[in-house]
Amino acid sequence: MRVSYIALGLIGWIWVQMTSAHGFVAEEERLFEVDRPAATLNILSTADLSVFAPLVEAFQARNPTVEVHYVTASSSELMKALYEEDAEFDIAISSAMDLQTKLVNDGFAERYVSTETASLPDWAKWRDRLYAFTQEPAVLVYSKIAFEGLPQPTNRDELIALLRENPDRFQGRVGTYDIRESGAGYLFATQDSRQSESLWRMAEVMGRLDARLYCCSSRMIRDVVEGRLALAYNVLGSYAAAHLADNTDLGILQFSDFTTVMLRTVLIPKTAGNLDLAGQFVDFLVSEDNRDLIEDLTGLPAIDPGVLQREAAFRPIRLGPGLLVYLDQLKRRTFIRAWLNAMVQP
Amino acid sequence: MTVVHARGSLRRRLLLQLLLVAAILSFALYFTVRVLAQQAAETTQDNILIASATAISEAARAERGQILVDVPYSALSMLGSIAEERVFYRVTADDLTVTGYDDLPAPASAAETGKPVFATAIYRDDEVRIAALPRRLTVGDETVILTVLVAQTRLGLAAVSLQISIAAAAAGIGFFLLSGALSWFATNNAMRPLNRLAQSVERRGPQDLSPVATSAPTELVPLLQSLNTFMARLSASLARTEDFIAEAAHHVRTPLATVRTQSEIALRSVRKPENKQILREVIRAADESSRSAGQLLDHAMVALRSDNLEKEQLNMKDLAQDVIRSISPTADLKDIRITCSGSDTTSAVEGDPILLQNALRNLLDNAVKYSPEDSRIKVEISEDASTVRIDVLDEGRGLGDGDRSRLTERFGRGDNVRDIIGSGLGLTIVEEVVSAHGGSLALTDNPERRGTCASLTLPSA
Repeated sequence: MRVSYIALGLIGWIWVQMTSAHGFVAEEERLFEVDRPAATLNILSTADLSVFAPLVEAFQARNPTVEVHYVTASSSELMKALYEEDAEFDIAISSAMDLQTKLVNDGFAERYVSTETASLPDWAKWRDRLYAFTQEPAVLVYSKIAFEGLPQPTNRDELIALLRENPDRFQGRVGTYDIRESGAGYLFATQDSRQSESLWRMAEVMGRLDARLYCCSSRMIRDVVEGRLALAYNVLGSYAAAHLADNTDLGILQFSDFTTVMLRTVLIPKTAGNLDLAGQFVDFLVSEDNRDLIEDLTGLPAIDPGVLQREAAFRPIRLGPGLLVYLDQLKRRTFIRAWLNAMVQP
Repeated sequence: MTVVHARGSLRRRLLLQLLLVAAILSFALYFTVRVLAQQAAETTQDNILIASATAISEAARAERGQILVDVPYSALSMLGSIAEERVFYRVTADDLTVTGYDDLPAPASAAETGKPVFATAIYRDDEVRIAALPRRLTVGDETVILTVLVAQTRLGLAAVSLQISIAAAAAGIGFFLLSGALSWFATNNAMRPLNRLAQSVERRGPQDLSPVATSAPTELVPLLQSLNTFMARLSASLARTEDFIAEAAHHVRTPLATVRTQSEIALRSVRKPENKQILREVIRAADESSRSAGQLLDHAMVALRSDNLEKEQLNMKDLAQDVIRSISPTADLKDIRITCSGSDTTSAVEGDPILLQNALRNLLDNAVKYSPEDSRIKVEISEDASTVRIDVLDEGRGLGDGDRSRLTERFGRGDNVRDIIGSGLGLTIVEEVVSAHGGSLALTDNPERRGTCASLTLPSA
């Protein structure tokens, strides 16, 4: 009898382990091994392994006994893992500021304070739980060839006017995020709508030009580089900058009316098994001394506390309960419907 | 002199009571500030919550039988603008959740009353303040109660309330210290008239029984009036006693003088020796009685005056010479010479002249009485650093071998003077006067010849 109970218990335990391990969809996974591992740091991140691997290795160079288990997932799968499945990770990194905010607001993040976190400007942290370590502006990526002979637009109104006046040149050659698929695209669009009414005029103009909708920045940039697109609107500038060196006819424009800036954030989930180590990693990411290192290794612009003084148009997306608004299902449905009505015209 | 036992201090009592009042007021201040500030902080939070709920509620509409809520960005962002609190919201139509956190507890009465309701509850491990704003909304054909709930944690409020408590406590303590200092000043100020009155009574001379004229606060007027009435009565009583003594002296001495005079007349007219002897006895008895009455009255007067010495600066040599002058007729009858020696610049003695004269006269009386005829009495006045000494030296029969301390007792007399008239009060009077002045009387044998030396030692002024 007893043996069968134990067997049943064991089967149950294995089942729980399997479901929890495979509940959310992971994309990439890698164990950064060390010779004599003393501890393991579990990171769940939306950043590609190729982008983040050098940073993990730099961290390991300073902490040679720490093994790092790095798992990547989409922002919605990351949310699912932590919000619904209580997956055990020591660190969660995501560019989806709204979802990260919701995790903190709803009590899924540990509080962590140190001298390193104190060095961050106020707009780069929230409730001592959510810390930003990169600031990535949304930009316009365009082909210089396609714009030949036309005046260079500096703001959204000029771009709209330019698109309206030259439908032949841009027909079918403008691209932007499909906000139904892309969290970043939805975030940019909602922030645009908050800043100005030009979003809706822009959507209408782009819709009339049969705009092409994309899931991600990298594909949009590729299509601009390859000449299929004349311009891509609201692209993560950090990705585009990587292509600038190779392509002389690629242009990047930061609008002078306002430039939405997305913050990539890190938090320590409630499920973290090793809080000290997690805290060390947070310090590593937000430390004032490591900002140059992060830019060199990942190409992502690190937090610059003085940027708001220099760049008048910079609008970092504000961390806080306001971000919860666009997560509201009714709100989201209404917004996407309005956007589609303008963008996808019959 | 009666000793007055102090029981408690008026000043301390007043101060303690004022401090108690100050402490109570300080506590009241502390609690009032705390409660009011907390209420203000809570009201601020409630106002923002209801503003947020109103913004969401206004964004709700029904479209084709469906409820649409377009939560405005500002509705939630305004909650984040004051403090970094957790924010939750929920929109319900009747009991169904339209959007938001569907497990956010709704205050029961909101939907029934139709008015905004606030509640405090624990939600997701933190204390939250919930505002519920109900509203009617027509969806298709039916009307539903749409309730917007907005909740916010109160972590910041707790911090603010702690800060306020500390500030309120500081204010309370400050208030207490300030009022404590003021109480101290006020108490001193209030006690001042009482002290002034006490001092003015204390400063008065022993014979000063005039009414106290110091102005006093209303509360002290009854005490002052009683004091003045009492002093008036005392003054009258003293005057009566002095009158009585004078009266008694007169009434006793006058008939005795008559008895003596008549006896002497009779002495001259009788022939028989035994009758003469009887009359001489009568005269002797009358003399003795007169002298005794005089000394009794002197003693009574000394007793009365000793309690209230009327001191003045006295030159002892002048005083001694006055007494010698007054007693010399008696001395002359026995051919006794009285000499007075000592410098004129002797230090003054502070004393009652009548009493000191009386004492000196008693000493000289004794000396004359016990000296043989044709002898000498010396009065020597000398001084050292702190005392003035008067020696009266006679050539009489001396003090005898008996107990000398008995000599100064009331009605006590030496064993060797039974044959001479005496009341036994003389030295008693001297002793009383001298001790009332803080001095002493010493009786010794005359070092020069057979006889007595009586020495008065008085402190010099």
